[in-house]
Amino acid sequence: MKFGTVTISAAVIGALWGTIWMVVVGVLLMLISGIVASPPAGSALLAGLVAGLGYAFLPLEKRSKQTSVLLCLAIGVILFVLTGGNVFGVPMTESLIYQIVAWVAWSVIVGVSITMTLNGYISGSANRYRMELLLIRMLKGLAFVLFSIVVVLPFYVMVMTSLKSQQSLLSNPLDFSIDLGQGASLLFRSYVELFTQYHFGSFLWNSAIVSVATVLITLAFAIPGAYAVARLRFPGQVLLSRSILLIYMVPAIVLVIPLYAVFSQAGLRNSLTGLLIVYPATTIPVALYMLQGYFRGLPGELEEAGLMDGLSRIGVIAKITMPLSLPALASVALYVFMIAWNEFLFAFMFLDDLDIFTLSRGVVSLNSSEVPRQHLMAGAVVATVPVLAIFLWFEKFLVAGLTAGSVKG
Amino acid sequence: MSATNNIGSEGPPKAFGVLAKREQRLAYIMLLPTFLIVLGIVLGPLLANFWISFKPVKLADLRAAAPLVNEQLRPRPKVAGEEVIMRYRIRNSSQKDNILNVVMKDTVPAGLALNLADERCTLTGNELSCDFGTMEAASRFNLDISAVVDQTYIDNGERPRDTKVILTGDSRNILTSFEFTLDNFRKVFGSSEFWSVLRVSLYYTIFGTLGALVLGLFAAQLLNTAFKGRNILRGLFLFPYVAPVIAVAFAWVLLLDAGPGGTFNAMLMRMGAIDGPINFLGQRAIPVSILGIHFEFPMALTTVIVFEAWRYFPLSFLFILARMQSISTDMYEAAEIDGATPLQQFWYLSLPQLLGILSVLFLLRFIWTFNKFDDIFLLTGGAAGTRTLTVDVYEQAFAVSNLGAGAAVAVVVFFVLLFFALIFFKFSPQDDG
Repeated sequence: MKFGTVTISAAVIGALWGTIWMVVVGVLLMLISGIVASPPAGSALLAGLVAGLGYAFLPLEKRSKQTSVLLCLAIGVILFVLTGGNVFGVPMTESLIYQIVAWVAWSVIVGVSITMTLNGYISGSANRYRMELLLIRMLKGLAFVLFSIVVVLPFYVMVMTSLKSQQSLLSNPLDFSIDLGQGASLLFRSYVELFTQYHFGSFLWNSAIVSVATVLITLAFAIPGAYAVARLRFPGQVLLSRSILLIYMVPAIVLVIPLYAVFSQAGLRNSLTGLLIVYPATTIPVALYMLQGYFRGLPGELEEAGLMDGLSRIGVIAKITMPLSLPALASVALYVFMIAWNEFLFAFMFLDDLDIFTLSRGVVSLNSSEVPRQHLMAGAVVATVPVLAIFLWFEKFLVAGLTAGSVKG
Repeated sequence: MSATNNIGSEGPPKAFGVLAKREQRLAYIMLLPTFLIVLGIVLGPLLANFWISFKPVKLADLRAAAPLVNEQLRPRPKVAGEEVIMRYRIRNSSQKDNILNVVMKDTVPAGLALNLADERCTLTGNELSCDFGTMEAASRFNLDISAVVDQTYIDNGERPRDTKVILTGDSRNILTSFEFTLDNFRKVFGSSEFWSVLRVSLYYTIFGTLGALVLGLFAAQLLNTAFKGRNILRGLFLFPYVAPVIAVAFAWVLLLDAGPGGTFNAMLMRMGAIDGPINFLGQRAIPVSILGIHFEFPMALTTVIVFEAWRYFPLSFLFILARMQSISTDMYEAAEIDGATPLQQFWYLSLPQLLGILSVLFLLRFIWTFNKFDDIFLLTGGAAGTRTLTVDVYEQAFAVSNLGAGAAVAVVVFFVLLFFALIFFKFSPQDDG
């Protein structure tokens, strides 16, 4: 039995995984089942530590799937013993099923984490390279867990809050259990009320119209512009291709005051038309930039062939360039749609009439003390789901498009 | 082969033949819509903002002074031959501005015989026209014209209010007049708050950008090597950026609520980490002592910075990941053979390659974060020490209703940004951007 840096690391690793997963699983248990638990971090730390050490001392040849399973079992038992039977700080009788599931889940996850992290390492010393590898493995594992939680938690809270009733919201803020016994109509009552009393149907429609129209206008302006910057020769071409993004140095807030003043006097302010003039102005530069990068990358021979066959430039764009750049067009369209749908400042400043509110403006109007929090969250969900759904569907395009212009070669 | 293949590498060839000229013209035509809209919505208002910042404009001044009228016929006539009075109640909508050349026109219904005594008015056929000259600010007066009804009026059923009264007048429009003032800038720079607002803006921008970059770097490192489920995770990591700002901002407000409904506080208290709820978004500063050194920890500002890093790390993450994946693996293989440890490989191989994209990202995110308004406005409304310059613009222009002062702060925002951008361009490493 050799002792060394790996041994110490294994102990630390086991302790860390034990504690962290206890916090995560414990909180999840509270959120999902609604019981008031106090996760025993100390016992979990000890159990993890012991398991880590135990696994480190196991010779490499003896390690297999079966030993991993045994490890999980051992961890679970150790925890049980250390906590005196109250695995999560409350008597097992409360929500027995949930607790058992959580207990098993914790044991398995900690066991798997320890196994994966210590894969190939046995007790003793290792050189710097191996130690760094181990450290990175641990850090990566931690980072995965942390990032995933941090990214998902607000959305989880958002959705769950929208499904709760007023009393349960106040009585236990950590209770995110879905009371399926209520039936669908009660569960979704916030949503029903949003659409019947708070005009969310019209908000949704307005947002959709504005976003789609913005996409169409932006593409109509940006495609010829991008083609010109990418393919045609004229003074200022190089300057434009490099610095069109500098437009974004002008803060939107600087534009708001004059536009507010001018649009008020022109009668455009409290109207969707006003928005449809402003939104494309904010999206055309980035659309042009992304498209010109892509157009530049297309082989010029095809277009020249078209020109030689007698097509006008417009014809070349329509018949040759655009069909070839469908992925880029799709990703630009997606990005512009997202910007228009999520836009807040101008919608907030310009729109006064309830019937032309977009979703952004509408959800903000729900943020008053008269409106229950569930409705606000339900509104947030209604605003988020369409854009998330479209985004997930076309995710490959978006990622490819956003980065296509930036990486050369 | 013609020179069409070489665009961009040496610059456009300096040909000026007929075809080249045609090409230039076509390019300008294709770019015209873009130019127009950018000129109209971005550059125009930018200049207009400079203009407004030198004028004493209040929010109420956007509605120019106008004459308003209310028309009445009293008493209600029932039989022919009754005497009635047509009363026009006219007032100036503005409390401070006069209106010149006020002229009123109205159509008198048939069967009403007006007894015009007022010399300001003339009656031609059915058209009544009055010239009131100048109306003082906040003034109001009544024009009473006595009349006699005859049978046609009662039979017709036409009433005076059926025809609209047309009132016109000239008033000064502060926006187009030539009054200028330096008061706005004096107010902005003179107030003691300005420097703290500037400081808050800088903290927010620098730390928010750094946070987003660092998180993006970590996330890119995580997802650099392919594994099962990587695409799902990559999509998941983009959620904070793709979701609407109102949705995530209010979700965070709920999470961090210090009242009974706050999730985070409830969790921390349950686990025994804290005694009472922390007001993440509402408390300006928390006294903290580390190793005997006492200082005020800016709570709300930190929370807002964390939100900023959370919301925008996906963008950095995407760009860094793309760049990482285009780095050739040969170098790493050579380094492995030479025995370099993973961390050494990262520090000496990956980072230098990424320096280019990192600096571009830093500039872009710096500009973007400096200009940010929505996030802070929705999270705290600018309270508790989170008032940045952009939120201050809104405060001055719309909360205090002083458009001129708001425009002045906006001018400051623009120039500070220009200053930083210039510094950055001077010192940035040259790379494809």
